[in-house]
Amino acid sequence: MTDEAPDAVPVLACEGVVKRFGKHTVLRSVDLTVGEHECVTLIGASGSGKSSLLRCINLLETVDDGVIRLDGEDITDPRVDADAVRRRIGVVFQAYNLFPHMTVLDNVTLAPRLVGGVARPEAEDKARALLARVGLAEKATEYPDRLSGGQQQRVAVVRALANDPRLLLLDEVTSALDPELVGEVLTLVSELTDQGMTIVMATHEMSFARQAADRVVFLDGGVVLEEGPPEQVLADPVHARTRQFLSRVLESGRH
Amino acid sequence: MTVPAEAFPHLPDDAGPSDLQRWREDYRRGRARRAAGISGASTVVFFAVVATAVVLSPGWQRTKSLFLDWGVARDAFPSILSGLWLNIRVLVVCAVLIVLVGLAVASLRTLRGPIWFPVRALATGYTDVFRGIPLIILLYIVGFGLPGLRLQGVPTSPVVLGGLALVLTYAAYVAEVFRAGIESVHPSQRAAARSLGLTYGQTMRRVVLPQAVRRVTPPLLNDFVALQKDVGLISVLGAFDAVRNAQIASDAAFNYTPYMVAGLLFVLLAIPTIRLADWVTLRAVRRQQAAGAL
Repeated sequence: MTDEAPDAVPVLACEGVVKRFGKHTVLRSVDLTVGEHECVTLIGASGSGKSSLLRCINLLETVDDGVIRLDGEDITDPRVDADAVRRRIGVVFQAYNLFPHMTVLDNVTLAPRLVGGVARPEAEDKARALLARVGLAEKATEYPDRLSGGQQQRVAVVRALANDPRLLLLDEVTSALDPELVGEVLTLVSELTDQGMTIVMATHEMSFARQAADRVVFLDGGVVLEEGPPEQVLADPVHARTRQFLSRVLESGRH
Repeated sequence: MTVPAEAFPHLPDDAGPSDLQRWREDYRRGRARRAAGISGASTVVFFAVVATAVVLSPGWQRTKSLFLDWGVARDAFPSILSGLWLNIRVLVVCAVLIVLVGLAVASLRTLRGPIWFPVRALATGYTDVFRGIPLIILLYIVGFGLPGLRLQGVPTSPVVLGGLALVLTYAAYVAEVFRAGIESVHPSQRAAARSLGLTYGQTMRRVVLPQAVRRVTPPLLNDFVALQKDVGLISVLGAFDAVRNAQIASDAAFNYTPYMVAGLLFVLLAIPTIRLADWVTLRAVRRQQAAGAL
């Protein structure tokens, strides 16, 4: 499944992950392995469990069964320090979730300073360098509501990167953006992929999945129904459900 | 009123507004003048009717001499003013303590996990009891009951005890205001903070509380206005504040005017805070509307 040697420990390994909300089972049994430097996109209809899976990986939700391993360590063990695990995982949300009462710079440096114990000048230097990389150097002292959606989402990516995460989770990061702003965020994600960041990304952007993903995973009915290289899954899917989903997406014009 | 026939259309290179627009502006100005005239006239009529009714009432002369005696007011004013200074000092100290206790109680109520159950239960019980009990009864319990225990180190000053009763009551209200503010911060903010590896406490302190406090500032200022006049209640414990000094002057002169003086001073004290509260609320509304497009 991955380009790694078979004995290499994957960055992320989900084994039979189950998640229920009340009586509703969102994830029936999800198996997913993500190797180092891999970019995996999760596709699937709304409610197929893409976001729930990402929230389980980040321990924002507790799994109802199964195991999730980060670098081989079982992070679903209830004895594990959830805060320490989350520090190793960067998350970017659909609605950016920037802190509105802090400047861009404070948004980015909050976690390194509080959690990583980095001194303020050092954290700010690094944050400014990261912001410059995404073309937002001059926005460092602005508040989030002065920025466009695309700019806010790029700040959110930078904020996630400031912790030097082992794994980056992107949850529909372009869904809240105007069409003309989608490109700037996807370009940034492509660059991160090229630089070897390990990424799991839930998305509706099939064209992006085709270009940037090493692997496409189709979630349906709470299981991984189909996965493989994008050219195979998107162009020549095995399952009827996958074909159905893709044709609906094509009809809606988001391809 | 008719629209001038030549008003529309006009040439686009014409620099000034069109005739139609000029007519509209004239019309609106006319309506505005009319509205101002009507509101002025109705105000004058309203107050004339009220004043006439009061002045022509059969007991007006006697009531006037009992409540609005200029000489009594002048004599009582210095002692009432010095009493008000005590009220203001109590107000400032109490307000600070109320915010601190209220914030602490609100934070305790939001703690999760079984180990915090007793703390949570205590905080909940506190807000239940002290929001329920009438302030005057609490003043008696704290003011007369506490020193009655004759314990070492329990203060006996009516000012301190009265202040304590005010803090106990108001902190319970303010705690609930803070809690509402904490709960109004969208869960996605917590999710983002926790995702960055911040602990529960760090998330509260750095992300949730700063946003919550901003949102609850207008209702808190309203509670502050209420506190401004309730500090006068420490007089029932015998503290020589504005109300108590007014009572003494009133008893000496067989006249209620000193109470009117004290009441007027409390109103004057409250007006700046009320205006501030209005301004803060307006600003918060504007800010929300500005962010509404996001």
